[in-house]
Formats: sequence, structure tokens, C-alpha cells
Amino acid sequence: MSAPKITVATTWLDGCSGCHMSFLDLDQRLVELAQLIDIVYSPLVDAKTLPESVDVGILEGSISSDDDLEKAQSFRKHCKLLISLGDCAVTGNVPAMRNPFKLADVFDRAYRENVTLQPQIPTRDVPALRVPVKPIHGEVKVDVFIPGCPPSAEAIWYVLNELIAGREPDPSSVTRFGA
Amino acid sequence: MAQPATPTVRVVTLRIDDHDLSAREDETIIEVCREHHIPIPSLCHLDGLSVWGGCRLCMVELEGQSRLYAACSTRVAEGMRIQTQSDRLRRYRHTILELLFAERNHVCSVCVSNGHCELQWLAQKCGVDHVRIPYRHVAYPVDSSHEMFRLDHNRCILCTRCVRVCDEIEGAHTWDVMNRGTDCRVISDLAQPWGNSDTCTSCGKCVQVCPTGALVKQGTSVGEMVKDQHFLPILARRRHLS
Ligand code: SF4
Ligand code: SF4
Ligand code: SF4
Ligand code: FES
Repeated sequence: MSAPKITVATTWLDGCSGCHMSFLDLDQRLVELAQLIDIVYSPLVDAKTLPESVDVGILEGSISSDDDLEKAQSFRKHCKLLISLGDCAVTGNVPAMRNPFKLADVFDRAYRENVTLQPQIPTRDVPALRVPVKPIHGEVKVDVFIPGCPPSAEAIWYVLNELIAGREPDPSSVTRFGA
Repeated sequence: MAQPATPTVRVVTLRIDDHDLSAREDETIIEVCREHHIPIPSLCHLDGLSVWGGCRLCMVELEGQSRLYAACSTRVAEGMRIQTQSDRLRRYRHTILELLFAERNHVCSVCVSNGHCELQWLAQKCGVDHVRIPYRHVAYPVDSSHEMFRLDHNRCILCTRCVRVCDEIEGAHTWDVMNRGTDCRVISDLAQPWGNSDTCTSCGKCVQVCPTGALVKQGTSVGEMVKDQHFLPILARRRHLS
């Protein structure tokens, strides 16, 4: 009889999903990982609600909108250990490059200046953008940081295995900003 | 700067971490550490240029002294006992690196120096996997007026290596430093666009010694700016002998 599996939840905030793709790059090691962890909530699985209590939460992307902030807060509330995965989550990275500009100018650039057909600023069914864009730990406490754009599958594998083994990972031994 | 040993220079014995060493009395702590492969983080120091002592990453502890000393600007002395690693030093170095990242705009993933940057490398070495200080996110100018090179103040850490190499090795003194605090900037000539400079010889030495993606070649894309500093000790030595 094996020990109960570690539950893991993941989601992406303002990111490109590349960090999740890097996770999928674990390839056949995913099978090995599946013996040890249960992914209970993630864009990669069907479950639509975050369970009440999860062992490990993994967040990709920065906090750029009200929706991102809500997700980050709910992950913090329901996950015992929270991981910032990738440079957008860890530093703000590319999404935060809008910070030196006024939000109105950013909207103009994206939805008016570069648009030829019916330029308009979307207001319905989209979350309000926040100023400034922040890394996850700018809003909620984060326990483990995995920098990289995206962090390699090897880096993700190393950190998860250290955590599974009950050790404190040293992400700087395998990855860095911009890796 | 290594100089030919002469009988007038005395040799001292000292202890760095667990190593009993001897060194010439005119050497700095960082020079002795480099010779013996004892790692000390540094950014403003560069073998072949004058001492600046501005980045404070090379701080070490001296036994019997409560204040810290910059290894690049402190000469060795007989009987010195030096600690290059301690929790206090690690904490300070960590914080200095975080402050450098927080002050200007470092987006490594899209930087021309990604993978070849001393700041990025040191951050990894010192275990800086996130920055606790809020980023300032204030835009700094980029000067692309020079036909061969570019200066991006967003990536500048004000180490003054460019200022020193241009003055001390090339002899042009195109660069200098203006303003204070977060407004501090390197300037070419009297704060004119670099491309208009009368003094710049376009030798590219400043680009090669710059530790970050602040001074780069035009036309480089993400991660393409690889620097070569091998010329420096050789030219510095020739300057010194002439
Ligand atoms: S200069 Fe170095 S630390 Fe700054 S963004 Fe470029 S690679 Fe990163
Ligand atoms: S290219 Fe040469 S002369 Fe011109 S600023 Fe740089 S070091 Fe000085
Ligand atoms: S431009 Fe480069 S070499 Fe010059 S002060 Fe800035 S970081 Fe240092
Ligand atoms: S290397 Fe000594 S102060 Fe910068």
C-alpha cells in the first residue's frame, strides 16, 4: 500500500503558458511523477474547482488584472505551499514592461493605434487591469521561487523531487532569471 | 595590477578563511583571493583598471574589526585574518544584488546579454531567486546614436568600468558620471548623444568591459551580446611598462 499522494494545483495568471509547456516537457517522467502526485486542479486537467486544501500550488504569470489577484489569493488560501513558476511570476518579467507607461497609453497602443478595423477598448467580460503589474510575492506570500523564462523541465523536476523528498530545494543551483 | 617582483616589495603572511597564504604587501585582498581561486563576488573591480570600490559586493570581514572592508580596495598586511564567507556577508551581498535589480529595469529573458551577464550570473551564484524589494519601474533612456554601439541606462549598474577603461586604457575619456542617486547616469562628453562625441574613437573597449547589457553592439538580439575582456590585462600591463 503506497503513501497518500501529494496533491498539486496549478494555474496561469498573466503568462504565456510556456511554463506549463515546460512542465509537460518532463515527457515520460510525467508517468513517474503521476505515481507520487495527484494534479487536482490545473489547465492541464478537467477539474474546474480548486479543492479546499491542496499540498502544493504552482502559479505561472504575473499579477496584472483583478482576476489574477483573485486567483493568487485563492491559491494562497487553499495551498499549503505556494510556488512561483517562471520569471513572470517571480519578477513580473515581460508583462511588467508596461509599468513605466500610463495604462491609458498602453490601451491606446494595443486597441487603437495598431488596429485598423473598429478600434475599441474592451470593457465587457474582461477583468480590469491593475497598475502596477506585480510578481506574485508582491501580493501574497510565496514559499518557493523557480526563475527562468521558462524554467527548464529539469529545473521543475529537481524542485518537485526535492519537495516530494521533504527537502528544501535550492532553485539557484539549477536555474536563474532569464534561463 | 600584477607587477614584476622587485626586492623592495616585502612579502606578508596572512590567513584567508582556512588558508594560510603569503602575498606581496602591495596586493589587495581581492587580488590574493583571485590568485588562490577563493571566490569573492565583485562587479566594479576589473583586473587592469584602477580601483573604484563602489559596488560593495566584495566586502569581507577582518578579524578584530567590526566594520566590513572592500576586498578590492584594501591592501593585505602582515598577520591579517580575513573571512570571505559568513551569514552577515551573504545577507549584505544578497541585498545589494536585489537593490541593483530593483533600481532599473532588468528583463533578462529579452536582454541582449542574457546568459552572458555578470549581474545575472552573480545573482544565481548568490542564490538570489527573487527580489524582495518592490521594483521601481521607472523608464531610463536608451542612446542608440552611435553607429556601432548602444547604451541602455535601464541595465546600467554604475560600476564605472566604462569610464575607467576609456580614460585609463584608451586615453579618450569620453565617459563620465552625472547626477546622484537614482538619477545618476554615465554620460558621453558633456551629456551629448554618444554618436555626436568628438572624443570617442569607436574602439569598443567600454562595451567589452561593461558587466551587463548596458553597453552593447548595435544589431544584437536576445542573448547574442558576448563580451571579450582578454585584451585588458595585456593592454594595462603595456601602459604600465611604457
Ligand atoms: S543586464 Fe543582465 S541582469 Fe540586467 S536584464 Fe540583462 S541579462 Fe538580466
Ligand atoms: S568606444 Fe572606446 S573611445 Fe568610445 S567611449 Fe568606448 S572606450 Fe571610449
Ligand atoms: S554602462 Fe556598463 S560599464 Fe558603464 S557604468 Fe553602466 S554598467 Fe558599468
Ligand atoms: S568589487 Fe569591490 S567594491 Fe566593487
